[in-house]
Amino acid sequence: MIIDHPLLGHRDISEFIYLGDASLLNRPKWDAEDAEHSFYEYLYLRKNVAGVHKELWFHQQGDRSWLVISRNTLTHEIIKVDLVGNHSKNMEILND
Amino acid sequence: MTSFDRINSSSIDTQKEINFIFNGQKYRGFQGDTLASALIANGVKLIARSFKYHRPRGIISCGSQEPNGLVELIHKDFREPNTKATTIELYEGLEAKSQNSWPSLKYDFMSLNDKFSKFIGAGFYYKTFMWPASFWEKIYEPLIRKAAGLGKLSYNKNERVSEKGFLHCDLLVIGSGPSGLVSAYLAGLSGAKVILVEEDFIFGGNLNNETSDDSKTVAHKYLRSILKDIMKMPNVRCMRRTCVIGMFDHGIFGALEKLNQSKIDQIFWKIKSKKALLCTGALERFIPFQNNDRPGIMLSASIRTYLNRWGINNFQDVLLFTNNNDAYLTASNLISSGVNVVGVVDTRDNPKIFDSRIKVFQGSQVINTRGKLELKGVDIQNKEGKISFLKCDILGVTGGWNPNIQISCHTGVKPVWDKKISAFIPGKNNVSTHLKAVGSANGKFTLSECISSAEKAVLEILNDLNFKLEKYEIPSISPENIDIDPFWYVQFGSERKWVDLQNDVTVKDIEIAYKENFRSVEHLKRYTTLGMGTDQGKTSNVTGLAILASLSKKSIPEVGTTVFRPPYVPVSLDTLVGHAHGKNFKPTRLTPSHNWAQENGASFTESGLWLRAEWYAKKNERNWRTTVDREVNAVRNSVGFCDVSTLGKIDIQGKDALSFINKIYCNGFAKLPVGKVRYGLMLREDGLVMDDGTTARMSENHFIMTTTTVNAESVYRHLEFCHQCLWPELDVQLISTTDAWAQIAIAGPNSRKIISKIIDPEYDVSNEKFPFMACADITICKGVRARLFRISFSGELAYELSVPTQYAYSLISYLMEIGVEENITPYGTEALGVMRIEKGHAAGPELNGTTSALNLNMDKMVSLKKDSIGMVLSKREGLHKIDAIKLVGLKPVKTDNQIVSGSHIFNLQDKIKPENDLGYVTSSCYSPTMKSYIALAFLKNGSERYGDKVKISNPLLKKETYAEVCNPVFVDPTGDKLRD
Repeated sequence: MIIDHPLLGHRDISEFIYLGDASLLNRPKWDAEDAEHSFYEYLYLRKNVAGVHKELWFHQQGDRSWLVISRNTLTHEIIKVDLVGNHSKNMEILND
Repeated sequence: MTSFDRINSSSIDTQKEINFIFNGQKYRGFQGDTLASALIANGVKLIARSFKYHRPRGIISCGSQEPNGLVELIHKDFREPNTKATTIELYEGLEAKSQNSWPSLKYDFMSLNDKFSKFIGAGFYYKTFMWPASFWEKIYEPLIRKAAGLGKLSYNKNERVSEKGFLHCDLLVIGSGPSGLVSAYLAGLSGAKVILVEEDFIFGGNLNNETSDDSKTVAHKYLRSILKDIMKMPNVRCMRRTCVIGMFDHGIFGALEKLNQSKIDQIFWKIKSKKALLCTGALERFIPFQNNDRPGIMLSASIRTYLNRWGINNFQDVLLFTNNNDAYLTASNLISSGVNVVGVVDTRDNPKIFDSRIKVFQGSQVINTRGKLELKGVDIQNKEGKISFLKCDILGVTGGWNPNIQISCHTGVKPVWDKKISAFIPGKNNVSTHLKAVGSANGKFTLSECISSAEKAVLEILNDLNFKLEKYEIPSISPENIDIDPFWYVQFGSERKWVDLQNDVTVKDIEIAYKENFRSVEHLKRYTTLGMGTDQGKTSNVTGLAILASLSKKSIPEVGTTVFRPPYVPVSLDTLVGHAHGKNFKPTRLTPSHNWAQENGASFTESGLWLRAEWYAKKNERNWRTTVDREVNAVRNSVGFCDVSTLGKIDIQGKDALSFINKIYCNGFAKLPVGKVRYGLMLREDGLVMDDGTTARMSENHFIMTTTTVNAESVYRHLEFCHQCLWPELDVQLISTTDAWAQIAIAGPNSRKIISKIIDPEYDVSNEKFPFMACADITICKGVRARLFRISFSGELAYELSVPTQYAYSLISYLMEIGVEENITPYGTEALGVMRIEKGHAAGPELNGTTSALNLNMDKMVSLKKDSIGMVLSKREGLHKIDAIKLVGLKPVKTDNQIVSGSHIFNLQDKIKPENDLGYVTSSCYSPTMKSYIALAFLKNGSERYGDKVKISNPLLKKETYAEVCNPVFVDPTGDKLRD
């Protein structure tokens, strides 16, 4: 696989490490009433998407940036690669 | 009859003879031969026994599609099984032998199977070896495995040298036949970076197999001249003996290059190309009829190849069997070379006859063959049903052509059926735009179509990639006609008609599968093993499919096609491993003190990627325990030092660094003053322990975090995740400085004396000015930059001193010099481990990814008043069960009884069984301080059980001991020594 890094261009998959569903960007509030339940959902309940899936990758052998990659799990086509940014940008990426 | 002479051919060098051995017999061939061509030239027809029925078999083809000609190549020390004789380039001294035969190829014991073939058709094993179930593993499976064919391994070390490499290009051209040559030539002219790969050891593909007479003269002359030009183009890399084994995501191809006469035997290339053209040509189909597997029966075009490329004409009487025009070309070529052609048996009623010299049996079929170890003749049946016998020693069969589309299917694109040519061609989808098939690989079988389709495809690609092609010439070539009759198999007769020669699958097997309702292609394949051999059914898949279609009265595209997966040809594991084995399996990291340690008699141990000194044995020491005990005693009684640079060091700076660290560790950090170090416990978001370490506040906004050696990378990645993904608003910068600083632990009651001798006079290290858990940027030895931390892993008064890595050697040598009076002693990881167990510090075995803060007796450290990773879920009920396991110490009842790590703990009165299990031992050692073996363990409700006696059982080693549960801190539980 080749990942088109927004700053560095085409990079081989061996430079990256996969973490998982990009919904990890949306961490619940620790001091909310239902914190335990929302953390449980945040950590354990994921969608198993057949199609475009947003996921977090780390450019370990590169610029150490965290990326949100939109990848089609059926074809491996990579549709979009975003650098994570401030919270509102991250939420935009997630809801895009 | 053997004939060593060849007719004129440009592909072999008859001046260069090569000696080789097959089945113990000496033969000669020429430079340019394959093992198969040399054997055929020597008149050897019987090459192998088949996989299941041990039928005598010969070579049928001339490339990697070969189902029969599998041999074992014998190298000096190891053997290479299942090698195709048709792809082995002959070399001096080559030695090969047949597989599946014992005691000899001619008299094969297992050919008894053939006599019982009626009973062991498709599904035989599934039906017969069902019961009793207990027989399967012990009796049936070993028996079947022993009887099953294919090669055997020598179990010796493989002496081949394999490497891996990466290549990049604009256009990858797979195959160097006519379409490949035109593609590479035009792309090369435009200046694009091109890679041309060819599986064979000569370039040209089908160009080498045909004569350049009549209509082909112009085209062949052109193709030969552009091949010469391509070789001279600096932007075209021509790679022969290189087989593309698969297409992967995003334009990446795997290719295996075999090198000739080089220090490296093979290279596995990962090729990234912007575009690729599949110019792999087409593979000839076989026709099933009764006994169509006798040695001497070959594919028609392969006979032509052996004649034209290798100049072999030692055939006596050749008969051809066809459903298309191609056999007539073989017949003409043979006649022109002086071979007697008995005739062409053509399934078509009115074939167009090209050559008046050829006798045609039109509307006829070959219905059976004769001859035991070699073909002696065939029976044919004409349209009226009249059967006649024809004597021949070679039968050339052609059932039409399958475009060689395998690679185009690797990314999941399904092939489509082309009715005009009765074959599958590559399909298309939106994603797979990297690869395009041209020429025969796309069903364009004639030379004129090959050239024109390549031209069209390359122009499109060059346009897409913004390359300009100014001027080029392609001669016009007259078109030919294929005219194929979709004829798949001969109906006549009830004897076996072979579909898949490698896996011994017959028409009848497919019928059985169909009758027993294995009607989906994928079921058929697995039930009969059709197409599952090392040839991956290159000559048999489509024919099998056609038979299934006719049984189910469906069209072939309705029946579907099986999925092709990489690799295209078998790839041995050593190829994929490359040089990454043994010492090179992973990189080795050396500590800053490595050279010093080596010079001073250290033994080394692996710790992650690192090599660390495990102990420094002295000449008179009996065993490693003596050494380690001495090292521990030196630290406990005076002073020792140890290189601890392998621990991860993360430099954290920024206005919000402290708040960031306070969110990373579960214990409070908000009030950490400048000049102080604190122990930090790091949880995962699920509440379990991730890692531990210390963080020092060097100045207002500058912190140094340490991690365990093994987790250095993952903790750093976690920190970047927390910073970039969770709290991007915090002003924090992170960088790993593990390699930049050498860190030496100096431990023992005399450690302050040592520090005082090297620290520059402006710094005060008295207990008052530099107390336990203090830290500072300092200078030593008249101005060398250093950092000092008063932290202790051993439990003694101790310091960790870091200096830039390049000073490590001199610092250690200097420590040895100034510490003579205190008998300063270097110690290794073993003594380090003993002392941390004596002190009850958790390390890798305790931080094993399943333990919580509570298990480590650190639950009170988790601050519930702040947000930190893992805090919320650390409160989960399941992690706070009343009888949760707790870290405890264990002292054996008899001090010389060793407690083995991994043992489980039981109450004295309980039987040793899983439901009575109370916990397990994590770390153990002999403690010279306690003068006893000791251990750390997790025990249910452990902190309530100090003083209890328990049973320690290790059923694996059949060992049982008794021990007393105690506080895990064996040495100085009050911590007075640390603060002294």
